[in-house]
Amino acid sequence: MNKWLKLLPWFFVALFGMEIIAVMAPKKDGALHAREFGRLPVLLNGRIQPFDSVARNALLQIRSTGDVPLEEVPSWKFWHHPQKLKSTEWLLEVMARPEEADTRPIFLIHHAELLGELKLEDKGVEKSGLRYYTFEQLKPVLNIISEQSQKAGEIKPEDQTPIQKQVAKLANAVMLYQRLKVTLQPEGVDDFSKELAQFMQDLSPAQTAAQASEKGKNFDREAIERMAQPLQDFQLMAKFGYPLVVPPLSSTASRDQWQNAGTALLESARSGAIHPAVTSFAAMMTAYHQGKPDEFNRALDEYKTWLQPRFEKELTKGKAEFYYNDVKAFLHAIIIYVFAFMLAGSAVLFLTVTPGLSEALRRSAFYLVILAGVVHTFGLVYRMILEGRPPVTNLYSSAIFIGWATMILGLILERIYRVGIGSLVGSFAGFVTLLIAQNLAIGGDTMEMLRAVLDTNFWLATHVVVITLGYASTFFAGLLAILYIFLGVFTPNLTQRLSPIREIQAKAGAKVSTRAPAPPQPELGKALSKMVYGVVCFATLFSFVGTVLGGIWADQSWGRFWGWDPKENGALLIVLWNAVILHARWGGLVRDRGIMNLAIFGNIVTSFSWFGVNMLGIGLHSYGFMDAAFKWLMIFIGSQVAIIGLGLLPLNLWRSFRSRAASPAGVGVRRTRAPQPAGT
Amino acid sequence: MVFDRLIGFFTSMRLTVVCLALSILLVFLGTLAQVDMGLYKAQNEFFRSFFVFWGPKAASWKIPVLPGGYLVGGVLLINLVASHIMRFKLTRAKVGIWLVHFGLILLLLGQLGTDLVSRESSLHLREGEAKNYSEADRQAELAIIDVTDKDTDKVVAIPQGLLMRKKEIQPGDLPFAVRVRKFFANSAVKDRPAGATDAPPATEGIGPNATVKELPRVSEMDVRDVPSAIVEIQAADRSLGTWLVSEYIERPQQFTYNNRTYKLELRPRRYYNAFTIRLLEFQHDIYPGTDIPKNFSSRVQLQRPATGENREIKIYMNNPLRYAGETYYQASFDRDDHGTILQVVHNPSWLTPYLSCVLVGVGLVIQFMTHLLGFSFKRRTA
Repeated sequence: MNKWLKLLPWFFVALFGMEIIAVMAPKKDGALHAREFGRLPVLLNGRIQPFDSVARNALLQIRSTGDVPLEEVPSWKFWHHPQKLKSTEWLLEVMARPEEADTRPIFLIHHAELLGELKLEDKGVEKSGLRYYTFEQLKPVLNIISEQSQKAGEIKPEDQTPIQKQVAKLANAVMLYQRLKVTLQPEGVDDFSKELAQFMQDLSPAQTAAQASEKGKNFDREAIERMAQPLQDFQLMAKFGYPLVVPPLSSTASRDQWQNAGTALLESARSGAIHPAVTSFAAMMTAYHQGKPDEFNRALDEYKTWLQPRFEKELTKGKAEFYYNDVKAFLHAIIIYVFAFMLAGSAVLFLTVTPGLSEALRRSAFYLVILAGVVHTFGLVYRMILEGRPPVTNLYSSAIFIGWATMILGLILERIYRVGIGSLVGSFAGFVTLLIAQNLAIGGDTMEMLRAVLDTNFWLATHVVVITLGYASTFFAGLLAILYIFLGVFTPNLTQRLSPIREIQAKAGAKVSTRAPAPPQPELGKALSKMVYGVVCFATLFSFVGTVLGGIWADQSWGRFWGWDPKENGALLIVLWNAVILHARWGGLVRDRGIMNLAIFGNIVTSFSWFGVNMLGIGLHSYGFMDAAFKWLMIFIGSQVAIIGLGLLPLNLWRSFRSRAASPAGVGVRRTRAPQPAGT
Repeated sequence: MVFDRLIGFFTSMRLTVVCLALSILLVFLGTLAQVDMGLYKAQNEFFRSFFVFWGPKAASWKIPVLPGGYLVGGVLLINLVASHIMRFKLTRAKVGIWLVHFGLILLLLGQLGTDLVSRESSLHLREGEAKNYSEADRQAELAIIDVTDKDTDKVVAIPQGLLMRKKEIQPGDLPFAVRVRKFFANSAVKDRPAGATDAPPATEGIGPNATVKELPRVSEMDVRDVPSAIVEIQAADRSLGTWLVSEYIERPQQFTYNNRTYKLELRPRRYYNAFTIRLLEFQHDIYPGTDIPKNFSSRVQLQRPATGENREIKIYMNNPLRYAGETYYQASFDRDDHGTILQVVHNPSWLTPYLSCVLVGVGLVIQFMTHLLGFSFKRRTA
């Protein structure tokens, strides 16, 4: 065995491990402490979150990305990292220097017809087929957008045309952008600190004048009129200011008393005292606007010193969530999964061609799946702690959890069978589910508060986790089955006995048969069949128990165990389908190949239950009608049907069986009718 | 011979697989059908039926195209029980399978029981209000109340099922009979336009000033029918006239006979309890700065004169009150946040899913574990 091949796995681990360490290590702030600002706590969507989360979720809704690139780099120059505005940097600019923010191409419009209607075809910036527009460019057509979206709003969501949906989304994005602008100061001021000071000076003469006017005495009309403009500005800020940035004065006050800056300012007009948070924010805005980083940092520190004794918990929460946003654990897990998938795929393909290399690749893949799994787990657990919830609370987190569970299943299988299959399927599932999650995140805040009926950690931890494990294991069985068909049809590997592979592994230094019992030594195809059967058993257990627990939860909250609600039916379909697979096998109705095809159909059943029922737009569980996802669901189902079709090809067309077409060793062919005893 | 074949058929694994496959098809189609026909109707047509019928929209005929939930479930149940009697032996290796299947039988029977005997009603209370009854969601009754005595009302109620037969009914010991002339399961009652020439629906009460129109029954979950009826009060000697009664009419109509005063009212069917529930306070919490509901809760007072019981209870999401065989759930609320709607479920077999879940869960674990352990044991000895 080549020494270099032995070192290969460790080389990959070191490479990606270093990247992860670099990502997780603390980073330095620039001259202007934007990162520090991004950690400050605010209240939005009913929860304390850092400015950075506000910025990120807003950008996701507006631009479908988490940051704003400042230069255009063609996609083929992948080594060239374009300069970007990170989410918080962008938000600071929007709030403090809106005139500059208005020139950033952030509004994503991709509907050709809509672009035509708005006469925007030849404007904007194009990137990978998507067009982005600046607020400046949209300004002339703002009234058309709001008019059109109002019309669209009168139509039920399921009856809207794509163009109406797009225009409604665009109008929302524009609204959100304009609301962000007035979060901390009115639009178009140069020195908000100075204006505030002036306002406080004018306040008491104006109050005197107002009292005098009430009593019908002579009063200073000018003193009152001086207040008109600022008050109007504050009212606008109070009405539209998006996050609640001003904490209550006392730390014991309820969360309901967080305010936006405008409301706090209007209160100052009554009380005569400006809230310290508003003063600090004004100083930061002014410093940013005038390009004075030192003053910005000083005001920021002042505010933090004020917060520290009063809102320590909120400060910590902001810091922790900022770190979570910054690390982007799932994104890095995706990258490693993709790489592990390619390595594991090569390992499986080269299994017989170059066994030595294959073993090195297999081990590299296995280690990388472990590394990706660690990063994935880190993200998952961090999220749970941030939310104080079990792992699955919405569709987004269900995708992350399904990926996590399949990764674990893959690692277990890889540990038992050591042929690369576990790593291959585990990394594939991890990569795909995290990708789905990334797309679901575009909808906005993924840590939103839970509606009353869902607000129970007990049921979220039991029913939801168990049923999601049921989804994950059913998918896992389906993926293994797909692999079986691909390996059988396109490669000769399915009929490869595992014992020669073990010998090579032993030579390659794998600790195979010393301590642990010898791994099973059948053909690869047989081994796969056994894996699928075992996983289906697990899937049956989890999906049944999960479904019944769901019924019991329903009995607790709605007074009936079973209501034939679409999501309930979806879960039931998975249970029934797994039961069909098991009974068909026990009854001798199908053999290896049949089980594989049934297991692949399980993917369709599960995807219907996971996403499809949400698209029906009915029932108590329908959290969101998603039409973009509908297209993907159809593509997925089509692909599964095609693979089943492939699996139905006569065996003499399968490469694995062509060599011994005379006796296909029982694979896929029903030799006798004798039922196999249950549980074999 | 035939008997053997029958046994062979009902104990075959093939039948199990076919029934499971059919149930998958049924559940899938029944779910899709909800989009068009609503949950309630789809449930009745697909799951609480022996056959699913289909026919062209315009045609009056329908043919069975798919076995319904009762049929598939019933055959599966027979298949399961028969297989256990004829084929399976209770050995240690099969303990898991026995537990799983016994749990499933319990679940199926329990749900059948729920289907047949459970009763759902709702209790609408304003803050401060107390009631000793709940009202059926989809059933009406004709109440005839003798209000002559100041202290006690005497109520006789005729349930909807009886009214729908449109017969003459002699309710309790009342001195007259009720003849149901017409019954509309769903209807609209309106003011009779001035100058209308057609005959009014009834001669007494609001009858001369109203019109009533029959409507198709509703199938949506959250809308209910508005039943109406035209009834004639028939005394021994003469007819007292006809009345239009409807759930649409809020106030009871009144008539006198033999110096006794009666009120006549078509209302949601009432189930009376030996205790009263008073709503002390309803609370609807939202997350700060949003309109996402955080919690709904009803603080109620339960009073039972017979036992002297008197206590305060908080009913909120995921925390029902179970009392005297009934379960009270927080279901809905009045728009002004000062009234609550509690769902009241009477379901004697509510515990079966809990038991079944444990049985099947344990059974599956035992089954798969013995399999897995046996597998690794074999490996070790090989």
